Amino acid sequence: MAIVLKNVSILGGASQDILISGEQIEAIGSNLTGNEVIDCNGLIALPGFVDLHTHLREPGFEQSETVLTGSQSAALGGFTAVHAMANTMPVADTAGVVEQVATLGKEAGYVDVFPIGAVTVGLEGKHLAELGAMAKSRAAVRVFSDDGKCVHDPVIMRHALEYVKAFDGVIAQHAQDPRMTEGAQMHEGAISAELGLAGWPAVAEESIIARDVLLAQHVDSRIHICHLSTSGSVEIIRWAKAKGIKVTAEVTPHHLLLTDDLARSYNAVYKVNPPLRTQADVLALREALIDGTIDIIATDHAPHPIESKDCEWNAAAFGMLGLETAASIAQEVLIESGKSNWKRLAEVLSIKPAAIAGDPNQGQEIVVGSMANLTLIDPKVMRRVVAESASKSVNNPYVGLELPGKVVHTIYRGYLTVRDSALAKEGRK
Amino acid sequence: MKNLLSAADLTADQAIEILDIAEGMSSVNDREIKKLPTLRGKTVVNLFFEDSTRTRISFELAEKRLSADVINFSAKGSSVSKGESLKDTAQTLEAMGADAVVIRHGASGAANVLAHSGWINGAIINAGDGTHEHPTQALLDAFTMRKRIHGEASTGKSLNGVKVAIVGDILHSRVARSNLLLLRTLGADVHFVAPPTLLPAYTHKLDATFHYSLDDVIDSDKPDVIMMLRIQQERMSASYFPTQREYSKFWGMNIDRMNRMKSGAIIMHPGPMNRGLEIDAASADSPRSTVLEQVANGVSVRMAVLYSLLSADKE
Repeated sequence: MAIVLKNVSILGGASQDILISGEQIEAIGSNLTGNEVIDCNGLIALPGFVDLHTHLREPGFEQSETVLTGSQSAALGGFTAVHAMANTMPVADTAGVVEQVATLGKEAGYVDVFPIGAVTVGLEGKHLAELGAMAKSRAAVRVFSDDGKCVHDPVIMRHALEYVKAFDGVIAQHAQDPRMTEGAQMHEGAISAELGLAGWPAVAEESIIARDVLLAQHVDSRIHICHLSTSGSVEIIRWAKAKGIKVTAEVTPHHLLLTDDLARSYNAVYKVNPPLRTQADVLALREALIDGTIDIIATDHAPHPIESKDCEWNAAAFGMLGLETAASIAQEVLIESGKSNWKRLAEVLSIKPAAIAGDPNQGQEIVVGSMANLTLIDPKVMRRVVAESASKSVNNPYVGLELPGKVVHTIYRGYLTVRDSALAKEGRK
Repeated sequence: MKNLLSAADLTADQAIEILDIAEGMSSVNDREIKKLPTLRGKTVVNLFFEDSTRTRISFELAEKRLSADVINFSAKGSSVSKGESLKDTAQTLEAMGADAVVIRHGASGAANVLAHSGWINGAIINAGDGTHEHPTQALLDAFTMRKRIHGEASTGKSLNGVKVAIVGDILHSRVARSNLLLLRTLGADVHFVAPPTLLPAYTHKLDATFHYSLDDVIDSDKPDVIMMLRIQQERMSASYFPTQREYSKFWGMNIDRMNRMKSGAIIMHPGPMNRGLEIDAASADSPRSTVLEQVANGVSVRMAVLYSLLSADKE
């Protein structure tokens, strides 16, 4: 079976054809032929997106999302790989749980599902989980995170950073000083003062990042910082990179687009952790994504059932959906702004996240011999975001917004998981 | 106006109108038969997720004096831990045909959520939401100030040029927030006085002047009104200030500070007071103190709010 993507623009370049044979890109050129020809006139081809920060909720919270529905949502968003966060029930802190998640991912067949292992047992921050066993398991875990909670104890963090060097792992830190954010509800600033919602100060994130980049320097380890949300965090990462510290950083789509004034509605769809910050933070994060201080966009896709959001703000859960809107927000920030290009978009949504996690066959350049993991985007379309999606949850803060671009086809190992913006009925077998 | 969620909902004209209606209501409270038929046939629910006997009985009395059918629904404890959500409670009240819901809730914004959720159609009156707002307290405070300053000639008056110092836990105080909004609308100047730990972040965005020293404010700014806020027990264990004694020494109202206040200036407190902490007995019981007037005026002002929300819509 050979598929030809006809007249496609690779990373915004001149129109070409891509021939996919089996799982691989067999040829790139003009006038290529195959069993099936898909007209891709006007579409941009990008390496399949890789999300380093996804909450698939299974096992334990299947009312919010499952590995299958989360994988489907990811495919519709142009992803060919996701990394499933460890805060499930039971927590993904043993080889058994990560293997279960990996198996469910394979059975779903819409994206590569790479489980993230917990750093500490039960995410409790007290004892290291069996990191080596998870690394050597069939799930071959390389990324470890207590996301949702900060690895707050500096000694535990130091040991985690050192220990994962044995199998080229990386710790992804959720930077949040727990004492400084007890009961915190939203960004601490003028609007929290007005609304009477307990503040989540920027310093609670920045102080942990500052400590951890210094720790990473001290033990000469890699460290990845999850969901940067403040301009101060950007400054610390910039400083650390200039020092040669092996740090990488991610930003979420929502922190690139939304601000804390949305909390004025007391609509808990805008409640997220770390919280939405100010416009000055948004601008600093955008600038840092463009100049490379921030390495990647990761969604922090966090599905929640209706009853967890349809209530008073304090009682609501933190988190918002993100898989099906991430590409549009990346396009808004990098392309529509006129400040960057499709090559950078491919880096931040595919090449760099795959490199940080060491994912096999993901984030490859679109060249002959690469795995056929591809996303095809129509950049000209403006679409109004609707609540319906492949996710089981509806906590989508973008509903009603106009965003640029849409994912037309997603190709996962040579298989069209999404064709003409519609999900394939079955995953790849 | 359908709901009263925030003191910011009121224009100066609307606020003065409510205060003027409250003047009329207060004369009802002086009659032998303290009752008006205004809300006969209307059902008002006092939905209290937090204990607040004072606010609840003040509303209850106001409702009864207007002849409303009153239901007290006490849902103490967090709605989630109780297993019944705010949504379910609201829909239940809607099904029972509540014309108005007076809500007190520990979560900031709970009244806003109730008003904008579509769960309930009745009028929503915010009787205190978390550390956000308490608009009827601000109205009764404004009413009390106006009465002390203008006496019988209060009707129609604003609080133009009145200097109000609010002292204490500004950070967590819904009373301070609502007072700031309403007092600015009515033309008063607001000074917040507190230890730096009990002031909100980004104070420059708030339309008030900030001070650390109560003595300086009394001696230099010479306020017409000093409002002492209650210090909650939980602040004392959380290192917002070293000890009660030190707090009292720097930010408490006492006879010495009271005697230095300008002539005719008043001391207010929303109650309940911690005597000996934020206010001493001599100043609490002095002629400058309006504490009991505030309680009495609370009933009149709440009658005026209920009247404005529930009978005005017939016109």
